[in-house]
Amino acid sequence: MKVKMLSRNPDNYVRETKLDLQRVPRNYDPTLHPFEVPREYIRALNATKLERVFAKPFLASLDGHRDGVNCLAKHPKSLATVLSGACDGEVRIWNLTKRKCIRTVQAHEGFVRGICTRFCGTSFFTVGDDKTVKQWKMDGPGYGEEEEPLHTILGKTVYTGIDHHWKEAVFVTCGQQVDIWDEQRTSPICSMTWGFDSISSVKFNPIETFLLGSCASDRNIVLYDMRQATPLKKVILDMRTNTICWNPMEAFIFTAANEDYNLYTFDMRALDTPVMVHMDHVSAVLDVDYSPTGKEFVSASFDKSIRIFPVDKSRSREVYHTKRMQHVICVKWTSDSKYIMCGSDEMNIRLWKANASEKLGVLTSREKAAKDYNQKLKEKFQHHPHIKRIARHRHLPKSIYSQIQEQRIMKEARRRKEVNRLKHSKPGSVSIVSEKKKHIVAVVK
Amino acid sequence: VRTNQLVNSAHLLALSQQEELEDLPKDYPLSPSEDEGDIDGERKHQKLLEAISSLDGKNRWKLAERSEASLKVSEFNVTSEGSGEKLVLSDLLGPVKTSSSLATVKKQLNRVKSKKTVELPLNKEEVERIHREVAFNKTSQALSKWDPIILKNRQAEQLVFPLKKEQSAFAPIEHVLSGWKARTPLEQEVFNLLHKNKQPVTDPLLTPVEKASLKAMSLEEAKMRRAELQRARALQSYYEARARREKKIKSKKYHKVLKKGKARKALREFEKLQKANPTAALEELEKIEKARMMERMSLKHQNSGKWAKSKAIMAKYDLEARQAMQEQLARNKELTQKLQVASDSEEEEEGAEEEGELVPDAVNEIQMDANGPNPWMLRNHLRGTGEAKVRDPEKLPEPVAHEASESEEEERPGAEEEILLNEFEERRSLRKKSTLNQDTEPVSRQEPKDSSSKEVLSELRALSQKLNRENQQCGKQNMSSTRTVPAVQREEPAEVEEEPLLLQRPERAHTVEELEELGKEECFQNKEVPKPMGEGQQSERNPNNQPGTPKEKKRKEEMIDLQNLLTTKSPSVKSLAVPTTVEELEDEEERDQKRMIKEAFAGDDVIRDFLKEKREAVEASKPKDVDLTLPGWGEWGGMGLKPSSPTSPSCILPGPPRKDKNLPNVIINEKRNVHAAAHQVRVLPYPFTHHQQFERTIQTPIGSTWNTQRAFQKLTTPKVVTKPGHIIKPIKAEDVGYRSSSRSDLSVVQRNPKQLSIRHKKQLKKNSVD
Repeated sequence: MKVKMLSRNPDNYVRETKLDLQRVPRNYDPTLHPFEVPREYIRALNATKLERVFAKPFLASLDGHRDGVNCLAKHPKSLATVLSGACDGEVRIWNLTKRKCIRTVQAHEGFVRGICTRFCGTSFFTVGDDKTVKQWKMDGPGYGEEEEPLHTILGKTVYTGIDHHWKEAVFVTCGQQVDIWDEQRTSPICSMTWGFDSISSVKFNPIETFLLGSCASDRNIVLYDMRQATPLKKVILDMRTNTICWNPMEAFIFTAANEDYNLYTFDMRALDTPVMVHMDHVSAVLDVDYSPTGKEFVSASFDKSIRIFPVDKSRSREVYHTKRMQHVICVKWTSDSKYIMCGSDEMNIRLWKANASEKLGVLTSREKAAKDYNQKLKEKFQHHPHIKRIARHRHLPKSIYSQIQEQRIMKEARRRKEVNRLKHSKPGSVSIVSEKKKHIVAVVK
Repeated sequence: VRTNQLVNSAHLLALSQQEELEDLPKDYPLSPSEDEGDIDGERKHQKLLEAISSLDGKNRWKLAERSEASLKVSEFNVTSEGSGEKLVLSDLLGPVKTSSSLATVKKQLNRVKSKKTVELPLNKEEVERIHREVAFNKTSQALSKWDPIILKNRQAEQLVFPLKKEQSAFAPIEHVLSGWKARTPLEQEVFNLLHKNKQPVTDPLLTPVEKASLKAMSLEEAKMRRAELQRARALQSYYEARARREKKIKSKKYHKVLKKGKARKALREFEKLQKANPTAALEELEKIEKARMMERMSLKHQNSGKWAKSKAIMAKYDLEARQAMQEQLARNKELTQKLQVASDSEEEEEGAEEEGELVPDAVNEIQMDANGPNPWMLRNHLRGTGEAKVRDPEKLPEPVAHEASESEEEERPGAEEEILLNEFEERRSLRKKSTLNQDTEPVSRQEPKDSSSKEVLSELRALSQKLNRENQQCGKQNMSSTRTVPAVQREEPAEVEEEPLLLQRPERAHTVEELEELGKEECFQNKEVPKPMGEGQQSERNPNNQPGTPKEKKRKEEMIDLQNLLTTKSPSVKSLAVPTTVEELEDEEERDQKRMIKEAFAGDDVIRDFLKEKREAVEASKPKDVDLTLPGWGEWGGMGLKPSSPTSPSCILPGPPRKDKNLPNVIINEKRNVHAAAHQVRVLPYPFTHHQQFERTIQTPIGSTWNTQRAFQKLTTPKVVTKPGHIIKPIKAEDVGYRSSSRSDLSVVQRNPKQLSIRHKKQLKKNSVD
């Protein structure tokens, strides 16, 4: 008797190894899966809503300082280690995984103005109001040893900032002038100055390491070349620049945090027009730091909030604030680009997620696929009004909110006035200056 | 060129020195004390001349002479010898004329005479500026090597950070521990204890005893043993797997064969045993005897079990089943047979008889049937075969089986119910005829039905598709119409007026519902854009969106109206019509069904409905002709003049033609749908230059529902990938294939930074000349 049976080719359903995925036959005929756009739209809407629901960026607050946190530094080799200097001259080293202070050093009398780590991570440098530069070992002193610096350099003037070279045993301080120091010597190997005002911050370029950028209180940003021992160019802005930060992936791009509530991203080869003006803060911007991917940066402001800007957008992607966070003085983006730290006036260091709704920890492959898909959907439908509105919504403290409104009105009034002036004057006599050019006073060769 | 320049510059330097010498007399007046010894006589003579010449009273002050040394020297009294005339080169050359040995010097000096003087050096600020400019140009040139890389990274589909993979270096524990010492008292105590007990302090953390035990078995030996163990385990697992597999086999044939094989084997062994070991054989014999007893007690193999009964039923038709039954009986016999050889013919015959009795009647019957024609079964059988001949060869096997089962059913009652049987058979034959008819006819009938219904379906589908498309189109039109306005607006100076990325407000959205609310708010905002429309006007214009109640009423009326029901012949109903050749009962049923379907779809004249709908839509959307007439305007007035007709064609503006004017099957709704507009993008977003681009990106789905797994993965690759716990270092020149400068950044600085290199000087000069 012959029995008729369904027969299948085992090649179609048998896995080669048991680690392979089971093959799930699917029919991709588009007529079987209609309404693709509306369905994806709804999915995108849900993804956007969930993103906002899960947006809980605040992770931890590290308390222990007895005065406002004035400066922060990352450890170059360890993700878990962070250094912070306070206004009472105390330096603390923190372990982020334990969220605890692991070492405390009374480094200076008065403020700790600047702190930086050596590129190898074995020691760090501090400068303070007591006109000294001190080098400290990263590891604590042994049992019975005194806590004291490796080297101390006594200067003639107050140093306001310090940064270490990315490859060599050289560091740079600023104050009355920009001094380049060899670690082994007690006098600077080179001093560069241009103008007479005090310099508030100086930074080494992480890629082309011989380049330096500094900003002074006479509203200018000066670039230096260490090899040629000369300043390169100076750009004068409307108001004072508090600090600058170089893009770690793009050699000639840097961003300046300005007192006029804006940040300016420059291409150092063309200083007369900034590449982008980033505005959203409602008070002076005090610090800025790039994400190690070079795609975004974070800025700390006097308006008690920190904001994350994409490099190529003039508006912020994210704003973080808490009730207790006061004026944020310093901010750092961790080297794995996942977290942000900010030190503020009220003596705390806060740890935030760089991506507010990101799930921490290990993701399964399915979770990862879903995350990627949702991300792409959000990107695809980001211009649709419903989705846009939900994605943009942020809660803000009343003070910031009202200030934003106020400034919007002021700006609108200014714009209207400009338009009116243009309208009622002889054609060609009044020209409209673009927002980018407006804030640049001069470029000095 | 460079050497030439160098020579030139050297020459220039020399020249400048010479000229300084020359200039000296005129710049610095020679002090008289210096002169006195050398040219005293000449001077006196000169003075005398001057005195005479100054007699006219002009340059009297020049005559003053310092005769004694004093600290106070008035600047007015300083004299310069021969101040009246400049020393010229020719004066110097004059005395040289005579001596020919100085001819070369003279030549050189002559050459010098023709050269110009060198300009003053630039002031310090200027020099610094030039330095800076040169340095800046150099630096920006050096930086421009990054341009292609940065461009590439900005445009990259995906960037994975950290850019360079770092191999994690594992430091052996000895290295870590070697640098560590016990410092605190506690640590020291602990280490003392460890040392006392001869415990190991560093890696490997094993005591000597442990080490010895480790060494007890050599490595090779251990490996061999392990391999052996592994093999044993593998074998065991193979065996287990095989047993399990065999146990699972359902094939009866296989088991039968297996059993037979076993039995045969046992028999052979028994024979062997008989020869070799009679005592053991006796035991075996006892076992067989026991089996016989068991069989006689249980009568397991006497066709009385469930299996046997089922086989008995089948045995009539199935040769195999019959054989199986006989085999079983044979086995019974075998088992019950006494082992003592008793070759009585009588007994054998009795056994045979018993066997015959034991087999059920049905089997016998079929046996007889096989041997010769059975008068009871004959008719049935013949008819079956006859019919089988009529049928197609393809359909043969199935009906035969069917028939067999039927006949079996019928045979059950037995011979007494002969009359009943006949009746059954008659009925069955009737049924068969009818099925045959059905087999032949419906095939031909179904086709037209199918085709007609298909036609209707396709029509409907086309209509619905058209409707859909039309909706979409009108949506697009709306979008395009709205798009033009903002495009114009954008040209206005609000160039940097970028919309904030974040919508900041003092309230917090906690839940999904609130987020939904957000969306709705936006929706309401959007609604402000369309012009407010009168309620009545809207309903009038929009018959599509608002299925008016009057229409429904009309439908109901249609349902009730019998006349209408009879007259309407919608194509769907038509398709169900079936020829009346079918038997009455079924016919009635079908008619019932048809009536039901007719009633259900009574009012559904889709095409007519559609046409009507379209007419209404056209009427509704027809732009009201704008009447621009103003009575009395543009005309002469006065006595005896009649006012012209109020509706002159020149005063009425016709609206634009409908888009579906030439498309009979389509209604294009040209109105903006407010509900859809709330979800639509109003302004073409930035990177897109044409609305079609944007629409295309929206219309291509990226989900795995519509794409294969591979495509899905490709479509959803994130732009930036970072690995948790990995430090991302700044990009390096070496990473991207550039040679990083071998020179240390310090090298220049460590030399005297104030001193300028030769190259700098050259550049400086070049710049100053420019």
